[in-house]
Parts: sequence; structure tokens; C-alpha cells
Amino acid sequence: MREVSTRNRATRILIAGVLVVGGLAMMFPFVWTVVTSLTPGANLGSPIRLWPENPSLGAYETLFTERPFARVAMNSLMLAAITTIVQLFTSATAAYAFSRLPFRGRGIVFAVYLATMMIPLQVLIVPLFAQLRTFGLLNTYLGALLPTFATAFGIFLLRQAINQVPRELDEAATLDGAGHFRIFATIILPNIKPALATLTIFAFMGSWNSFLWPLIVLRDPTLQTLPIALAGLQGQYTTAWDVVMAGSVISVLPMLAIYLFAQKYIIQGVASSGIK
Amino acid sequence: MTSILPLTEPAIAARAATDSDDASAPPAAPRRTARGSRARRVRYALTVLAFLLPSAIPLTLFVLTPMVSAAWISLHDWNLLSPMTFVGLDNFAGLIADPDTARVFGNTISYIVGYLPLVYIGGLALALGLNRAMRGRNLLRGIYFLPVVTSWIVVAIVWRWLLAPENGVVNGVLGFLGIDGPGWWTDPSWSMPSIILASAWKDLGFVMVILLAGLQSINTDLYDAAKVDGAGPWRRLISVTLPMLSPSTFFVVVISLINGFQVFDQVYAMTGGGPAGSSQVVVGEIYDLTFRYGSAGEASALSWMLFVVILAVTVVQVIGQRRWVHYA
Repeated sequence: MREVSTRNRATRILIAGVLVVGGLAMMFPFVWTVVTSLTPGANLGSPIRLWPENPSLGAYETLFTERPFARVAMNSLMLAAITTIVQLFTSATAAYAFSRLPFRGRGIVFAVYLATMMIPLQVLIVPLFAQLRTFGLLNTYLGALLPTFATAFGIFLLRQAINQVPRELDEAATLDGAGHFRIFATIILPNIKPALATLTIFAFMGSWNSFLWPLIVLRDPTLQTLPIALAGLQGQYTTAWDVVMAGSVISVLPMLAIYLFAQKYIIQGVASSGIK
Repeated sequence: MTSILPLTEPAIAARAATDSDDASAPPAAPRRTARGSRARRVRYALTVLAFLLPSAIPLTLFVLTPMVSAAWISLHDWNLLSPMTFVGLDNFAGLIADPDTARVFGNTISYIVGYLPLVYIGGLALALGLNRAMRGRNLLRGIYFLPVVTSWIVVAIVWRWLLAPENGVVNGVLGFLGIDGPGWWTDPSWSMPSIILASAWKDLGFVMVILLAGLQSINTDLYDAAKVDGAGPWRRLISVTLPMLSPSTFFVVVISLINGFQVFDQVYAMTGGGPAGSSQVVVGEIYDLTFRYGSAGEASALSWMLFVVILAVTVVQVIGQRRWVHYA
């Protein structure tokens, strides 16, 4: 008995050790990014350091005083927030229909939805651009937002989650006189919190990091988003790597904050799920 | 799959059988009067519409419509500026005859074949490791997720430098172990493995999160029952965890295949398709045809070929899922 528990303990420590070492390896490139952002005049040829030579926040100052970085970050934040909220709504309602509302041709409609996920963005750029030009939506936030309002990815993700919610729960609610809207709001949504948290992260991330589409639609510098500003930095300063890396650090931080926040919900959501 | 849980297996099978995508009859009440039942059907149809329209409208306007436009463009010779010239299926015929087409499809498939097992097994190991109670678990999950949220612009800079042939960290470590490291992204036979390595590193956290969500929805009673039956950790993994994770696994595989066929950002940022076209992928070729060679017609034709391939692979997946995906 005692031997077993010691072996268990050893296994646990070994697993924890591997995870921590892997985590350090994972972090290393980011440590390097932060260090470079704090090193004035850094360049990629300089030897690898894990501590900056003459640490300075000058690169961050440059971003916010000499560049409209605060404005650009606000643009990104706003677009990502709206995209995320709308996507959660359109995905959850569609996923409910595909999981719980049988209708003739549902298989075909779902296949068409899935098909939209298989179309590379690069394919749509030219026709979409022409289309938005016709509607007069170029250089508007709405033009950048509209194509992001529904994704088959989100619908697929939430449908998988709803399929796992026991149907007995709906049936019990039906007996209590609940209609589909009530079942959706009071049974399904609370039971798929982990998936909703996951979609929140991916919708926000997709918008936050998206490059090609905002680049094409938002030509006005005051409308620009973070990744475009970052790419612009690389040319502008004959690549001042400390400034580029400072921008990179800033672009990663909000995503990490959201992940840490949503991660808590994943755990909570599971703890509060109907059937255990 | 043999089961050590004879009580749950039929239940799972029964659920899988009733869970098919086929449009079974609506839960209507045909025993009502004709008028009552019609009102009911209309109400039901309106409910379905209410749930579908929020997604159907944007998808139709901003994905399906431009896609049909792309099909129209594929039948033309067009440089984005001058008027279009109708050429029928010439663009398709030209692409099929061009050996570059087979090469870029081949490169894309080798990317998928290398990437998928790497990222799934790695993500599963991480999810299993970080699902157990341990101090600092949330912090570690955050760290493994960090690369997922980072844009490829940043990741590519870092990886080009890690894999630099002369003074890169990876070859430095290999040299220390007495191994002569390859010219990762400068050697045509290593450019694709470099991209696979960086992509798997970046996406590990994504797979981990999906599988963690799956792991957490597994009813713990199943493990208790398996333990009572005398199943060890390995047996519990094979007979409980993996079958119960099958919906999450299905999701990861479908998404990875689709994304794999669309791989572009990392190639564009790390190698630009080189050296000597050794890492050029289908979407990279589409991008070059459109924006470098001003051949939007050919690019649209190639897009449609890619789309048909992805569609076929996904349909096979969705049909095949009934054989191995169990919904609890």
C-alpha cells in the first residue's frame, strides 16, 4: 500500500516536472521578446540575452507618444469585442437549431454551413472588396465587422457541445411547459458554458490577430488595427526591433488576460453543469 | 473497441443511433385537428427560422455570395483592373496541366500529415497532464496557450531565429549533443518540417483547451466504475477517456484538416514558400497568383479546386464520424 502511494507520488512529481520544463521552453521565445523590447537599439544579430543590457521603457514610450498606438489598440479592442458578442449569439442560436430542431433538409443546410468554413479567406478577398465598395462600406468599421458576424467554426463548436447536453433535460423542461426559446436560454446556454468560454477566446483572438481583411478595408490610418500598425512599424523605422517587440508584447497581453478570465469560466461552467 | 463497462456501452450506442444528422420527423402532434396542426407547423417553422436567420444572413451575404462570384471570376481572364475576358474552363485546364499545381497540393498534404499527429498527441498529453489537481495548473495552462494567441508575425520572427542554420538556438543545442543540425528553412528538404514544427508548437495550446473542455465533461462515475472493475490508468485512458473524448477529437481533426488545407500565414511569414518553392502551399499559390502575377481568374480557379478537395475530405469525415464518435 505504502509503496504504491510513493510510486504515485513519484509519477506525479515526474509529470509536474515535465510540464514545468515544457512550460519554460514554451515561454522562452516570449521572454526573449520582452527582453528585446526593453533593450534600446536591439537587433536580431545580437547575442541571446535573458536580461536586457541597458533596460529601458523607451520603446513603449515611442509607441504611445510618436505613434497613434493607443487609438489603434482601442480600434482593435472595439472590433474584437463586437465580433465576439455577435458571434456568440449567431453561433449559439444556429447550433441549437442544428442540434435540437429537426426540419426537412437540415443535413443539407448544415453541410452548406460547414462548407463556408472551408473557403480560404484569400479566395473571398476580391469579390468581398468589390461587394463592400458597392455598398459604400469601405473604410468603415461596419465594413470590417460584417463578414465576421457568423462563423461555421463557432456553430460547429457549440453544436458539438449542445449534442452532449442530455436530452432528458429538455424533455423535463418541455413537460413543464417550456418552449424552445426558454429551453435554449435556461437549459442549453448554462450547460454549454465551457464551449461558450472557448468560443469567446477564439472569436476575440481571431479578430484581434486578423490581418489581411482589416488591411484591405480600413485604409484610413485612424481606423487601423494593431497587427497592421505592428507590420507598419517593421518598415517605418528600418526595423527598430525594440519598438516592434514592444508592440508585440502589448498585442499579446490582452489576449492572455482574456484567456485567464475565460479559463475560470470553463471550470465554473463544468462545476455548475446540470448532470454530474 | 472492447469495453470494460458493459453497462454503459449499449447506452452510448443507443444514443449514437438516435443522434444521427438525418432530418427525422419533427416532434409534431399529428393527432390534432388539421387546423391546429397547421398552426403548429407554421409556429415551428417560424421558430426554426428565428434560430437560423441570425447566422444565415451574414453567411449568405459575406461568404456564399462572394464564393459564387469567385466561381464566375474563375471562368475569366482578369487582372483585377481591366475588363474580364471569358475563357471558359481554360484556367482549370491550365492548372491541371501545370506540374506546380500537383507540387503545391503535395506540399500542403505533407504539412497536414506531419502536423496533425504531432499536435494531437502533444495536445492530448498536455490536456491529461494539466487536468489533474496540481499547484500552478492555471498558470501552466496559460503559458501553453500563449503561442496560440500570438500573431504569426511575432511567432515567425522568433522561429526563424530559433532555427537559424548558423547561430540558431536549436542547432546550437544539437551541436552540443554532437549532431550536425540541418539548414532548417534554408534547405529545401527541411523547410516544410520547420513550418510543421513551428505550427505544432503554436497550436498545441489550442488542442489542449478543446480536449480539456472535453475531459471536464466526462462523468467521473465512469472512472469510479472502471476502477471498481480493476482497470489501471492505461486501461482507463483507452476504454473510458478516449471514447468519451471522441466528440472533441472529431472537432480537432476536422478543424485541423480544414485549417491544414488552408495553411498560409506561417508559410508566408517564415519561408515565403521557399527555398525553391519547397514549402509553397496551395493558398500561398492562390495569393501569389492574385497579388503577384495579377491573375485573379487562375487564382479563383485554384481556389475552387482547393475548396472541392476540402469539401470532399470533410464530407468523408462527417460520414465516418458515426463509426467512432460517441455523444454522451
